[in-house]
Amino acid sequence: MYNGGKIIIGLAIFLGIATLPFFSNIGTAVKRPEPSLDTPVIKEVQAQLGRKDVCVEPKAFMQANHMRLLNEWRDSALRQNKRLYISSDGRKFTISLQNTCMHCHSNKKEFCDRCHNYMAVKPYCWDCHIAPKERGGQS
Amino acid sequence: MSAFVSFAAVVALVLLAILGVKGAGLTGLFGVAIPYAALAIFIVGFLARIVKWGRVPVPFRIPTTCGQQKSLPWIKQNKIENPSGTLGVLARMFLEVFFFRSLFRNLKGELREGPKIAYGSDKWLWMAGLAFHWTFLIILIRHLRFFIFNVPPAVGLVERLDSFLQIGAPLLYITDVVFLAAVLFLLIRRFYIPQVKYISLAADYFPLFLILGIGCSGVLMRYFLKVNVVGVKNLTMGLATFNPVVPQGLGTIFYVHLFLISVLFAYFPFSKLMHSGGVFLSPTRNLSNNSRIVRHINPWNYPVHVHTYEEYENDFREKMKAAGIPVEKE
Amino acid sequence: MAKEMKPNEIIQSINYTPPAKPWMELPVEIKPGMFCWGAKAKSLNILGLPNARDWNPSHEDWKLPENWKDTVLEGMADRLKKYRSFKLFMDICVRCGACADKCHFFLGSGDPKNMPVLRAELMRSVYRRYFTTPGKLLGKLGGARDLDINVLKEWWYYFFQCTECRRCSVFCPYGIDTAEITIMGREMLNLLGLNIEWIAGPASACYMKGNHLGLEPHTIKSNVEFMLDDIETVTGIKIDPPFNKKGADILFVTPSGDLFADPGTYTCMGYLMLFHELGLNYTWSTYASEGGNFGFFTSNETAKRLNYKIYAEAKRLGVKWILGGECGHMWRVLNQYMDTWNGPADFLEVPRSPITGTVFENAKGTKMVHIAEFTADLIRHGKLKLDPSRNDDLVVTYHDSCNTARGMGILEEPRYIIRNICNNFYEMPEDTIREKTFCCGSGSGLNAGEDMDLRMKGGLARANAVRYVQQRYGVNMLANICAIDRAALTTSMNYWCPGVGVTGVHEMVANALVMKGEKPRETNLRGEPLPAKGGEGNV
Repeated sequence: MYNGGKIIIGLAIFLGIATLPFFSNIGTAVKRPEPSLDTPVIKEVQAQLGRKDVCVEPKAFMQANHMRLLNEWRDSALRQNKRLYISSDGRKFTISLQNTCMHCHSNKKEFCDRCHNYMAVKPYCWDCHIAPKERGGQS
Repeated sequence: MSAFVSFAAVVALVLLAILGVKGAGLTGLFGVAIPYAALAIFIVGFLARIVKWGRVPVPFRIPTTCGQQKSLPWIKQNKIENPSGTLGVLARMFLEVFFFRSLFRNLKGELREGPKIAYGSDKWLWMAGLAFHWTFLIILIRHLRFFIFNVPPAVGLVERLDSFLQIGAPLLYITDVVFLAAVLFLLIRRFYIPQVKYISLAADYFPLFLILGIGCSGVLMRYFLKVNVVGVKNLTMGLATFNPVVPQGLGTIFYVHLFLISVLFAYFPFSKLMHSGGVFLSPTRNLSNNSRIVRHINPWNYPVHVHTYEEYENDFREKMKAAGIPVEKE
Repeated sequence: MAKEMKPNEIIQSINYTPPAKPWMELPVEIKPGMFCWGAKAKSLNILGLPNARDWNPSHEDWKLPENWKDTVLEGMADRLKKYRSFKLFMDICVRCGACADKCHFFLGSGDPKNMPVLRAELMRSVYRRYFTTPGKLLGKLGGARDLDINVLKEWWYYFFQCTECRRCSVFCPYGIDTAEITIMGREMLNLLGLNIEWIAGPASACYMKGNHLGLEPHTIKSNVEFMLDDIETVTGIKIDPPFNKKGADILFVTPSGDLFADPGTYTCMGYLMLFHELGLNYTWSTYASEGGNFGFFTSNETAKRLNYKIYAEAKRLGVKWILGGECGHMWRVLNQYMDTWNGPADFLEVPRSPITGTVFENAKGTKMVHIAEFTADLIRHGKLKLDPSRNDDLVVTYHDSCNTARGMGILEEPRYIIRNICNNFYEMPEDTIREKTFCCGSGSGLNAGEDMDLRMKGGLARANAVRYVQQRYGVNMLANICAIDRAALTTSMNYWCPGVGVTGVHEMVANALVMKGEKPRETNLRGEPLPAKGGEGNV
């Protein structure tokens, strides 16, 4: 090769960038997070309804769309002062992050944060809302 | 015609992914096997292509000089546009690679009444090209969050800056908008500007349609159709740690996105997209203009037949003597 | 020979919108006035180039050898292994179109195949077909096509419609240089004897006699003597320049065009007067009597063979260093090729001006200095007595030659000289000078008589910018540092902007130069009366 030295340096940089994902995870235990549904309120509702899937909308929908729902709730509550949400199965909920969502999911660290940390997203919910005080638990 | 074929090819690829995943349930093929193969082709192909170029010598020092040469000490040299040393070349290459310096000069010539040819600055191509490449880079960096378990803070910073307008949820990335606009501009100008349309080949339309498809599927997935991103990262991290998993219930749109990217990667080394590596090797840009100072060596320089002075004097000796011009042999 | 086109006919024929038909389906039409005569057997034989025969490009039969296709493809394969520029420029073009309207031939003709990108695609299409997998598989859809006789003729027609000026390369984001592609194209065409006589003739003359014009030693001397008579008439000073003098300090090499026809001869008189005034210990050479290199427009090998004489003669005469005159492609070759071909010049010394003591560090390898560098240094050190008012009848603009601008970067030296030797200097618009300068339209061996339409179309862009300053500032003189410019621009100025003359910078230097013991000058070197002192210039 002519100008081989320079070309090889360039190729090494290319190779480093192209294979970055493979290197950067060496030695890290990669585990898919499991958000915890283990709170007293959720257990109570599950028992009441006699099923596992008890959130305002089905689990699969919530997994992909919760951020959009929260955004709609915010606009509805704050901008239109509408605080009633009727879910697709006809249940009624008060539109409120603190009083509805976090009422059940009182375990932010084991619920919200697990996935958010995994995905490295930082939702700006807590810019305005006061994050719930939690009992123990590790993030 | 070539535009239509390219468009049809990309549509076919989309359909292939949909059929493969939704129809045949080949999630393992589209989620693991094809991405691995594509990346392997990309890396090996890219390296091979550069090595292929590298094996060809640069026989002459032929920089295109775009400024004042190094000359007398009191004449100001343009050390970047007409470099005489390594530092200048590095600066020139940096401006070329990161800011498309040459394209920034772009002019448009028009024949006007008079008649005269008038030149106007024409920065649209430069702007769109720059917007396209930079947003592509930022988007790639953002995607690292799918491939690195402990996402580096820098990636997070890029994301936050990119979404600082805080529109919608998930937050709208500015680069997504600019990227699609730039790709569309680059595509539309191929139809709209007659000369560019005239020179465009399928090899020009295809990557544009393909990249547009990647952009659209990504935007659809993030903002409209929605997928379970935790599941997506589950798959991508599996790829990155050579521990492939195919989670259930990932939307088809994800597989379409991933398949189009795989095609782009596999296509890359065989296409004009190799300009990304090629620009670094361009002898009109990466050489200093110092061939009067240091001898440039041509490895295949070979002896040639010449007409020596002796032969010349033999031809003209009498005439030279008659004219009073000195000769070697009287 | 068809009737030459008139300026308004050329203007009316320009249409930048390409035809509806794809270019691959548009067969080449060899149009009279747009090409040069084919190389004669005699010229090719002298140089020992293949397939020497007399042929006519406008005839159907180009008298090619049976296996011409193999020859071209083998030639291409060979060059793809030798030139990284060629291989790379075949591969990485993205067809963004930035180069399209940068070519003077496209601007003046509107022929889409004169867009640099398409000129290169003429060759890339063949490269893809025979050297790349996608091209082999996809054929036309992959932008590939077979090499057939029409493609070959198209190559010939369009690679001799490119002046290798490199303007497109300035604007290309990857620096793709059409000159490199044209050079390769011409190399391959030369494998089949498909040169033009306007290049092959001068190249063969240069090989045997030392210069393109085929001036024999005694003719060179007598031509110079004619000039000396004129100098004596104007200045009263008798000059006796040395030829082939052993032991001179400096060998002076300039394009032979300056020895032959005006306005080049006036520039040559300028050199003679300057060197005499300085008392320079220099010599002319009748053997290395050509700075230019039409071999460069033929093939790398031919160029090297012609260039050989310069160092060989410097060595034989035992000079210390070499000074080169005003010429365009000569300096591209000297700057970027000579040392690589025929160096190292370790028998010479690092050039040092005997007048000012300046050491030309930027030429310490090749040991060859450009006369504009040399003269600018003299003026800077106040070694010349100059009377710029003698050039007061001139309103001057300066044309950068393609090669000195984009293959060297000699931009400020000539401007510095001009500002010191005349009082009225105006630049052409910024987009048409320095690295963005336009070709005269006749470079790279195309300044023949039979391709006048091509030359005038190609000259339009340059002339258009000159006319701008002509109308705005009354410019009446176009200065330059190139022998081909002096010949070609004279024609194109008469055609496009009558009233503008053409001069070499050193003609103006000599007119302004106050020489020791000269008689009061009444005329300039052209025999025209000098402008009245302190009064209005007679424009």
